[in-house]
Amino acid sequence: MSRLDSPLVEPAAIATSALATAASASISRHSALVRITHWIITLCFFALLLTGIEILISHPRFYWGETGNDLTKPLFQIPIPSSRNLVPTGYGYVLPDENGWSRSLHFQAAWLTVLTGLLYVIFGLISGHFRKNLFPKRADRSWRACWSAVLGHLRFKRPTEAEAWSYNLIQRLTYLVVIFVLFPLVIWTGLAMSPAFTAAFPSTVLLLGGRQTARTLHFFVSIALALFLFVHVVMIFLAGFWSRTRAMITGRAAAAKELA
Amino acid sequence: MTGISRRKLLWGGLATTAGIAGLGVAARLAQKYGLIPPDHGGIYGPGETLNYAFQRLVARHSLAVEYPRSQISARPFPNEMAPPSEAFKRLQAGGFADWRLTIDGLVDRPAVFSLDQLRSYPRSSQITEVACEEGWSYVAEWTGVRLSHVLEIVGVQPQAKFLVYFSIEPDWWDSIDIDEAMHPQTFLTYAMNGNDLPVGNGGPLRLRVPRQLGYKSVKFITHLTLTDDIKKFGKGLGSGAPEAGYAWYAGI
Repeated sequence: MSRLDSPLVEPAAIATSALATAASASISRHSALVRITHWIITLCFFALLLTGIEILISHPRFYWGETGNDLTKPLFQIPIPSSRNLVPTGYGYVLPDENGWSRSLHFQAAWLTVLTGLLYVIFGLISGHFRKNLFPKRADRSWRACWSAVLGHLRFKRPTEAEAWSYNLIQRLTYLVVIFVLFPLVIWTGLAMSPAFTAAFPSTVLLLGGRQTARTLHFFVSIALALFLFVHVVMIFLAGFWSRTRAMITGRAAAAKELA
Repeated sequence: MTGISRRKLLWGGLATTAGIAGLGVAARLAQKYGLIPPDHGGIYGPGETLNYAFQRLVARHSLAVEYPRSQISARPFPNEMAPPSEAFKRLQAGGFADWRLTIDGLVDRPAVFSLDQLRSYPRSSQITEVACEEGWSYVAEWTGVRLSHVLEIVGVQPQAKFLVYFSIEPDWWDSIDIDEAMHPQTFLTYAMNGNDLPVGNGGPLRLRVPRQLGYKSVKFITHLTLTDDIKKFGKGLGSGAPEAGYAWYAGI
């Protein structure tokens, strides 16, 4: 139970414990709940991304405002063929239509994401996971600290031993934006496209400025999330793919040796 | 160590038991309050059930968003070809004077209506959006008679749970639950933007279900039937949509 409450061990504590117990070669890195929710959301995210692309293919045009269709001028159009023959794409052929199961899987994965996300957020608040591991450390809450962290990243500076055991400022800010800005936005813009949900809560779509605006924003936020995923995976490769992936599966990371 | 693992085992056991019992209770309640859609089976069943149950609990009596006249689309997208059948062509040539709507099933007085009869009932209008599952949409003023008004004329029997509706096009049919059928914005629509409903938008008669996506608003309606057993129709999934891989409930 106690491990649930301390997902990341304080760097100073690790340094001493690593020295003291050279025999035990691993230390606690991610709590069980963080690991389980991480992989459920990973699975859901791939399902949402794939089915989102399939749904997009049935009408690869985007609009602004309440309405938009083949007779109105699009805000922009993605230059790909479509799975429906009414869309003017400029291609002489139509792709296979996979919208049916794509929509069903999209919503099923969305439900699982929302429920898992809620569990994670409640856990994060109660256990102090957000406070300890994601909110910037007191020393880092300044523009100067932000600036030096950005410079450090741009120079590909290797983290020090202590730094490697905790999330740095840029990681913390990125995770916070993903958890508290991008995910809520993608859920909101998604719900704003539901005629039943907007019947119950009209402000969800009216505040955004219309159904087609919601759809276009949903697309952009999804791209931002996909970009995050890309950078996240690249960073994992740079930091050591197996050690980081093992840590997220078993919850434990190899100590001292890995850091050297 | 054994103390911890025994405690974990105990809590794990309790949580599992509570979870199973909770699921059982939830399933019974869901059945009782009609929260289970006809296409609840299969791998996407849980998602379809959550979509439908959530709507039943949160939006059962909500009204679809209505728009000011200024937001009516200049060119309402006609996404339909006229049915190619000889029967439809003949009816169209006669200005749809011979178009008939049959209502039967669990009603006290099964009846057949002409368009003129439907036009003689109280007219209602709504400026609502048609949103296609593909992603496009348009806003139009839809005029017709509330389905609930016509259903009162034929007298729906209390055991009816679903309204099944059929197009003149073969194999084009769908269904909604009785609450959606009685909803004040569910219309038998015969006019759009002040004119007869164009064939390209589903004329002469389209069932408008504005709280669901466009495909639930079936075009060229000729037949309504009320039932307490949706399994008797087609493959028992509630409409042709799930048979083609689409959700029966299309509020999202």
